[in-house]
Amino acid sequence: MHILAFLIRRAVQALVVMFVISIIGFSIQDNLGDPLRELVGQSVSEAEREALRDELGLNDPFLVQYARFLGNAVQGDLGTSYFFKRPAIDVILDKFPATFELVLGAVFIFVSVSIPAGIYCAIHRDSWLTRIIMTGSIVGISIPVFLTAIFMVWLFGVELGWLPAFGRGDTVTLPWGWDTGFLTWDGISHLILPSITLSSIMLPLFIRLIRAEMLEAMGTDYVRFARAKGLSTWRVRYVHAFRNTLLPVVTVGGLMIGTLIAYTILTETVFQWPGMGFLFLEAVNRVDTPLIIAYIIVVGLIFVVVNTLVDFIYTLINPMVKLPGAKG
Amino acid sequence: MAMLEVQDLHVAFPRGKRDEVEALRGVNLHLEKGERLGVVGESGAGKSMLAFAILNLIADPGRVSGGRVMFHGENLLDLSERGIRGIRGNRISMIFQDPMVTLNPVLTIGTQMIETLKAHRKISDAEARKLCIERLKQVAIPSAESRMDAYPHELSGGLRQRVVIAIALLTDPELIIADEPTTALDVTIQAEIMALILKLCRENDVALILITHDLGVVAEVTERIMIMYAGLCVEEGRTQDIINAPRHPYTAGLLKALPQKAGRGQRLYQIPGSMPPITALPPGCAYNPRCEFAADRCRATIPPLAGGVACFHPLQEEEAAS
Repeated sequence: MHILAFLIRRAVQALVVMFVISIIGFSIQDNLGDPLRELVGQSVSEAEREALRDELGLNDPFLVQYARFLGNAVQGDLGTSYFFKRPAIDVILDKFPATFELVLGAVFIFVSVSIPAGIYCAIHRDSWLTRIIMTGSIVGISIPVFLTAIFMVWLFGVELGWLPAFGRGDTVTLPWGWDTGFLTWDGISHLILPSITLSSIMLPLFIRLIRAEMLEAMGTDYVRFARAKGLSTWRVRYVHAFRNTLLPVVTVGGLMIGTLIAYTILTETVFQWPGMGFLFLEAVNRVDTPLIIAYIIVVGLIFVVVNTLVDFIYTLINPMVKLPGAKG
Repeated sequence: MAMLEVQDLHVAFPRGKRDEVEALRGVNLHLEKGERLGVVGESGAGKSMLAFAILNLIADPGRVSGGRVMFHGENLLDLSERGIRGIRGNRISMIFQDPMVTLNPVLTIGTQMIETLKAHRKISDAEARKLCIERLKQVAIPSAESRMDAYPHELSGGLRQRVVIAIALLTDPELIIADEPTTALDVTIQAEIMALILKLCRENDVALILITHDLGVVAEVTERIMIMYAGLCVEEGRTQDIINAPRHPYTAGLLKALPQKAGRGQRLYQIPGSMPPITALPPGCAYNPRCEFAADRCRATIPPLAGGVACFHPLQEEEAAS
């Protein structure tokens, strides 16, 4: 029952957040330049342009335009892309699988690397490998992601020619219309470089975070007590110490997923990855206002959903946090 | 042969790249089956260090740098990691100081109890659970069954320490090392917990090493006392003898400092000065800067432990009484 209360509460909060995002997203449209210039050619006369503006509702007062937008949005209509001449939401959702799989690949890489590396560095504090990892992570934090991306393209794509550095490769369309690159070797090989690049923004931070949290946990009394109980080293490390490092890691990880989505714009552009981020940058160049706004709304929604999910997971793994609204 | 015989135990911590400082500087201790020993001293005297060194649990970067811990004739310090794990929590259990931080906050009481049993016995989950509930009842925890599924934060400090005691007793150990088991608790609960530990040790014929800075508690619970100062044992003997007639000036000072010794409205006594840190020990007897009897000899050589006291000028009975 309390899970339902939690969900309702979060749904209301999410609505408020989405409302604010929609206002902000919508209000930037006047500052992006003239969509008409992109929409029609040079030869169209000023009178025709004005007529088209009227038709598109661009001459209406802001509030009228916003109310119209909101009314449509509630029904799932986020406007029609000027460039694609299709509903903006459809255009974005077509690109969603590519971005989703890129983020998934990045999360997979950084989880499977940062956890073992962080734990290793905490347990073998003074080994040479720890020093290499820790030094490397400082370097990693300091390098901007577009530089990593260009370096990856240059080294593995161009110089060594090991991996493709352009596009998504062969994809398979699943029955419900989802294009996946996971099912072909070509798709996976195309995913590797962009995923590594995208994960590189979180990886160094996470290795350091996990190491620090693990070190702290290893020094606590409950870990000492677990050792004094005669438990195996494995159990002391992973059941007693590591479980406690999960709490801060999940919290920071949840916040970082937002950052990850933001960086897909850069990564996708460098690797010409046909995802939402790449689409967004194209839309900005084309002043495709409905598409830009739709992107902001969709990404905002993803943020809200992910954060709610993280909060929910947090309550599951931390017995000291009860879901708000639960009794006791 | 004594059950436990600690011989010339040294514990050292690194200082800088090459140098080390000693937190324990050669401690001896012996304990018979079922015997209760109090280890008394100020914070930093090395009491806890001694407790952890017995189970070879000194935390990095410290290390046991010398000596032996003979348990039934076997040196625990020579055992393999697997070997010593078979002793820890099985034949020698520990009770820690602060029950608020001894239990893992993300695991249920049941998990933390059952894992202990499973580490040492071949036992089914159901049987283990039954035994755990039985032990929780023994330490007077109300509604023991439901507590098994509770998390530590759902229990009060006193209850948590009872859980820790129940865990210590799970495997029917021969020895329990209790490191200030009541210091972190409410005053009202301290006596209850101490009485519980004493009762359980007596009933199950478990030996006890009680580490504390409270001479009053030690007098009630233990049969023998060891007084520690700056990493060394300065006096040891039967509890009654030491309480009635301390021979080391430090012991005498501690006894004089007990609040109940001062009359109503009188100023409480305190030993002048404070214990030097192990990084800056004076030459000779570590107590000499605070000792009213200190002579040149005390400032030059460390007095050996002889006849139960490590002092060149032990107090005579009449002096101690004054």
